[in-house]
Amino acid sequence: MVSVLGILTVLWYALAIPLNAPRLDLDETAGLSTLASAAWSMDRPVLPAPHQVVAELWTSVLFHPLTSPRNLLYHAWVTLSAALAGLGIALVLGIALAVGIVYVRTLDRSLMPWVIASQTVPVLAIAPMVVVVLGTLGITGLLPKAAIAGYLAFFPITVGMVTGLRAPDPLQLDLMRTYSAAPSAVFTKLRWPMSLAFLFPGLRVAVALSLVGAIVAELPTGAQAGLGARLLTGSYYGQTIQLWAALVMAALLSIVALLGVAMAERAVLHARGGRL
Amino acid sequence: MGESALLASETVPAPNAPVVVEARGLGVAFETDGQRVNALTSVDLTIRRGDFVSLIGPSGCGKTTLLRAIADLQAPSGGTLTVNGMSAAEARRARAYGYVFQAPALYPWRSVARNVMLPLEIMGMARGERTERAERYLRLVGLGDFARKFPWQLSGGMQQRVSIARALCFEPTLLLMDEPFGALDEITRDGLNLHLHELWRRTGMSVVFVTHSIPEAVFLSTRIVVMSARPGRIIDVIDSPLGAARALGIRESAEFLAVAHRVREGLRAGHSYD
Repeated sequence: MVSVLGILTVLWYALAIPLNAPRLDLDETAGLSTLASAAWSMDRPVLPAPHQVVAELWTSVLFHPLTSPRNLLYHAWVTLSAALAGLGIALVLGIALAVGIVYVRTLDRSLMPWVIASQTVPVLAIAPMVVVVLGTLGITGLLPKAAIAGYLAFFPITVGMVTGLRAPDPLQLDLMRTYSAAPSAVFTKLRWPMSLAFLFPGLRVAVALSLVGAIVAELPTGAQAGLGARLLTGSYYGQTIQLWAALVMAALLSIVALLGVAMAERAVLHARGGRL
Repeated sequence: MGESALLASETVPAPNAPVVVEARGLGVAFETDGQRVNALTSVDLTIRRGDFVSLIGPSGCGKTTLLRAIADLQAPSGGTLTVNGMSAAEARRARAYGYVFQAPALYPWRSVARNVMLPLEIMGMARGERTERAERYLRLVGLGDFARKFPWQLSGGMQQRVSIARALCFEPTLLLMDEPFGALDEITRDGLNLHLHELWRRTGMSVVFVTHSIPEAVFLSTRIVVMSARPGRIIDVIDSPLGAARALGIRESAEFLAVAHRVREGLRAGHSYD
């Protein structure tokens, strides 16, 4: 992982030279070292050098108060809170849909095509409509963003849970029948615990999607805060360093969120003696 | 159990013990691709309290189907079937039997003890008693030290013993076993057979036992039901002359070999070479 990071950094520095060179005002005789040092220290480069992005992150995070809009952690939190709320919506909606699909025969036939169709609509088209419609209803702020994040993230959860709830083999189901177990007991003691092994892969995808959803939702709303808003203003005013810093922060955020899922998975794994 | 047990000649269950399972003209048919296949035809069988009945026969003779019909896991298509004087469905709802499948069918996310406790939880037993029962029945199958392990940490034979403890822990008077030792090696199987025999002797419950193995059937049973395929039916019912107390050594005795011979003859007669 470290070596991949190293290779990427070298490539990044190398790529910054030809991309930024046309906008430099250097005479033709300038050597490579002059060219490079100029290309890596521009104010508004096409591609900022890694150390510029790191410096931007560093000053933004450490030298501004947490509540200041100049601190990226503030924006990260705005986006993360919307993504987490969206993930909550996705979990409730995704699991409820899966239970419906598994238990109600007519829903199995009628609902699944709609669930799949919902994912073919580009989120960029849906997001402004959701924001506008909810806005006219007086709902603004976190909720519209969470709704869009949830809309993206419920799908992998539904798919995983449908598979998981159907995973018990005939013998395991027959066993329940010999105990004359109530349907609720079959759910809580067999289908649900079995489906957890199928929930986590879906959850990992859902976490990433909910972050994408929250960021995309911030683009059309003219949001003042959030990584999406930061990306938008960055590109609007040609502040490429700010833009890249926000991008890196978004990536870091998804890594943190995935670590959270991994920890939850670990806890379940531990309670089950080391296997899902 | 020592060799002296061989000499003990207790009589097998009294002929007038209460009837546990009664089948009259029982038939089961499956519908596959519009074709009707008779898995079981005109089965007459009476099983009394304390009986150990083995169902033996070639694949496709309907022995598992008969067991599943008794357990109400398979609906009969004809005839009558009562379990404890009730219909099979009523008996199932009354939790009249414990069932051991061909595979252990343990829930992998539950520890061994919690697997055993599963039926107790479903039947609403208090936590304290659940724990106590799980401990007691795990000890009974020789797995007292494995309560906190998980199924994947156990060998196949041990897993099957857990599933037996799970079937026994709510103390049903009828135990239905579908080739429970089919996938195990000979030595493990011997050990489990002896275990099961002693358990049956101690508890006085009735057992219906499906098997492929002639020695296993003869060693365990008070009655052996020999079945034949296409259509599945009973062709011989043998009352074992062997006493109730048995040790593995009994398998070398003349009585044992005579019963085994009769079972083999029955199986051969019912075998069609098509």
